[in-house]
Amino acid sequence: MAEGVDVSVLRCAGLSRSFGALKAVDGVDLTVAPGARHALIGPNGAGKSTMFSLVTGTMRADAGTVALAGRDVTAMSEVRRCRLGMSQTLQHASLFASMTAAETVAVALQRHDGSTISFLPRRQTAVRERAEELLADVGLAGRGAVVAGSLAHGERKQLEVALALACRPTLLLLDEPAAGMSPAERARLVELLGGLPAGVTVLFVEHDLDLVFALADAVTVLHLGRVLLSGSPDEVRASDAVREAYLGTGHREELFGS
Amino acid sequence: MLVSVLNGFSIGFLLFILAVGLSLVFGMMDVLNLAHGALFLVGAYLGAAFSGAGWGGFLAALGLAAVAGLVAGGILSLMTEPLRRRSHLDQALLTLGVAFVVAELLYTVFSDDPLSVLAPPGLDGSVSVLGAVYPTYRLALIGVGSVLAVVVYVVVERTRVGALVRATVADREMVSALGVDNRLVKAAVFAVGSLLATTAGVLGGPIYGARPGLDAYVLILALVVVVIGGLGSVRGALLGALIIGQVDTLGRVLLQGVEGAASFILFASLAVVLVLRPQGLFGGPVGMSR
Amino acid sequence: MTAVRAPTAPGGVPAPVTRVARGRAGIVAVAVLVVLAAAPLFLAPFATTTLTRILVFALFAVSLDLLVGVTGLPSLGHAGYFGAGAYAAGWVSINVTAEAPVPLLAGLAVGAVAAAATGWVTVRSQGVFFLMLTLAIGETLQQVADSWESVTGGANGLTGVPAVRLAGAPLANIGFLYWYVLVFGVVGFAAVALVARSPFGAALRGIRDNEPRMRALGYSTSLYKYAVFVVAGGVAGLAGSLLVAQQRLVSPADLGFTTASFALLAVIIGGAGSLWGACLGAALVIVIRDALDLGGNGTLVLGIVFVLVVYLLPRGVAGLLPRGGRVSAPRRRRASAPPWRKGST
Repeated sequence: MAEGVDVSVLRCAGLSRSFGALKAVDGVDLTVAPGARHALIGPNGAGKSTMFSLVTGTMRADAGTVALAGRDVTAMSEVRRCRLGMSQTLQHASLFASMTAAETVAVALQRHDGSTISFLPRRQTAVRERAEELLADVGLAGRGAVVAGSLAHGERKQLEVALALACRPTLLLLDEPAAGMSPAERARLVELLGGLPAGVTVLFVEHDLDLVFALADAVTVLHLGRVLLSGSPDEVRASDAVREAYLGTGHREELFGS
Repeated sequence: MLVSVLNGFSIGFLLFILAVGLSLVFGMMDVLNLAHGALFLVGAYLGAAFSGAGWGGFLAALGLAAVAGLVAGGILSLMTEPLRRRSHLDQALLTLGVAFVVAELLYTVFSDDPLSVLAPPGLDGSVSVLGAVYPTYRLALIGVGSVLAVVVYVVVERTRVGALVRATVADREMVSALGVDNRLVKAAVFAVGSLLATTAGVLGGPIYGARPGLDAYVLILALVVVVIGGLGSVRGALLGALIIGQVDTLGRVLLQGVEGAASFILFASLAVVLVLRPQGLFGGPVGMSR
Repeated sequence: MTAVRAPTAPGGVPAPVTRVARGRAGIVAVAVLVVLAAAPLFLAPFATTTLTRILVFALFAVSLDLLVGVTGLPSLGHAGYFGAGAYAAGWVSINVTAEAPVPLLAGLAVGAVAAAATGWVTVRSQGVFFLMLTLAIGETLQQVADSWESVTGGANGLTGVPAVRLAGAPLANIGFLYWYVLVFGVVGFAAVALVARSPFGAALRGIRDNEPRMRALGYSTSLYKYAVFVVAGGVAGLAGSLLVAQQRLVSPADLGFTTASFALLAVIIGGAGSLWGACLGAALVIVIRDALDLGGNGTLVLGIVFVLVVYLLPRGVAGLLPRGGRVSAPRRRRASAPPWRKGST
């Protein structure tokens, strides 16, 4: 880049997206540092999901740029972005109903292990072993032979993470990883995300503020499509503006309790 | 050239009558009715059966076709009802099976040789239009077609019944939440759409005749019209039909010398529209799969 | 431990099947092949001819199943490529040579080229638009065959195709012709089965199950769909060249809507995704259409079968088997339905 070396993993500048008259995301700047555990929070309707889609590339921005490790990816499809190291889990665990957990991870692995996709059957021993490893890493050891659709909700979320990691990401994007989880599953998720290799930068959208403050080392608060505040968890916790934004939309119970 | 343009209009209006039913049934009920071409064929064979019997025969064919269309539409509506929650493919397969059964029964009754259909007396000659000699029947078809188009348009766009139909296209669940029996609306639209298809078969008889394979041919034309116009839109179906009428006839004139080339025009226009504007030229994002 | 899983059908992933089960499936396959190979020694000529037709149509149905069952692309125009291959093989046999691999390769190449020429727009369309576009392609190709008289013979079709020659000798004998079709039918089947079990095939099933997720994993799904569309077109063209070897003529009906629909029917009867099922479905279709003496009402009966299958066998014959291949039945769970199975909900 012209202004020198960009050390950020993700840098969004002036991202905007409207739906008719509604400006869902309105000139958002967001910088994620290498190795960060960066949370994107905000009350309902803040534009978190739209922002997430703009970053992953499933949705195109009306204006603004997205740069991945200094490289402008604004015009690239989600497929290209994934190939460049951006990997995501989806809010509603969205898997392959006819495949087992191990096959699911293998499908992702075979795309990212550097080999070409063969038209003929392969043994793929390395892929299979790596899949077992990844499943074990996310706490699904021994569950590889289970069809994805038969896994429990929390397990499916774990499988999502294994799937995302199989893409060898430098930037991992998680869309509400804890949605619909039981407290026990949540605890396991915190442990899992806390144990991710430091080389993987994480940006996640989350409703559950307990989880956010347990994991994040940087937080960006969106409100009505704009950045309200970006800073450390402590700064966010102390901010009156953030408190007001949440209270103003009637989310008292979600506030930084306990 | 004038003849080609007039031909385009006559085919275009015929296509509109055929396609509007297909479009509404799909737009409203999400049912892709592949038996629509077979319904046209029913009309064509009825027209052939009464061919040469004067105006009485022609009107009898129209009346019988209308009744047959209403009944067939009702039956198709009932048959697709259990498949409501199933896929487009299942509905398509079902209606495909029905189309085969209907077409085969027609060939059994009328033999599978191509039959030609005479225009009713008085319309079987030619007139001179701005110096060009032109078949009277086709001119009459333009007249009848435009009147029918206006009637359908006014009914769907300007009346209370039409408002219900349009509302169902836009949001089916909402309409049923308002206490309107969805199935009744569906059956009615299906019946009227089928009636228009069989009617188009009788009207198109003097142009296309009645022959095996005609059902698939007109079905494709109608599908192209519907895709180009946008699913579930009456205005789109009208404009799509007129465009395809012109494109098809003009293409046949221009590419006369090139064997096999004329057939590509339809596919090419379909492909171009789907690439540039997948929801059709005039449709909203309604029927578009996510 | 979970119970021993049934051997996966071809088209299924190479799931961790027990060695015993895999061995058993192998024995069944070999037994079927032996019976098929020995068949003309016992059968009357008419029955042998019918079996030849079944083999041809089965290969065609299997190529369609690669699209419909494995990838989730329900094509209504696949007969276009089948017929294009048949015309190419017939034309080459008449005008160039009927010596064995040439008509086959011509059919394969023209089927693949026709699919490549029409496939890009097609695979990028979704759901019901895919149905419509494939329908339009099939109809367009039929009209081309109908009107390009100097090459295709027009409405009469391409007649007077000479018998295939093997090392200079024409294969006029019904039995030899049968073996010729059997050998290349098995080769084609094996090719499709291998593709279905390959990493590429796994990606195709991923696309069938959840295309957006595959894109998020870095797969350019359009490219994969295009590739399989061309492969399926090539195999259909190969089947077409076998068709012309058997019936020695091609008519526009061979690439029409009816032929395409019957192939789809064969796939659906067998249970989409199960390649063996598609072969059984093809056998049923051909027996009803050609072999049973139904007084020319074969199409009528098949139309009724169509309707019945949709109501009564939503998962095909493969769905009837209690231990049917896990991945061979994409409709087993509602949630597992491929995109085109999801309907309006």
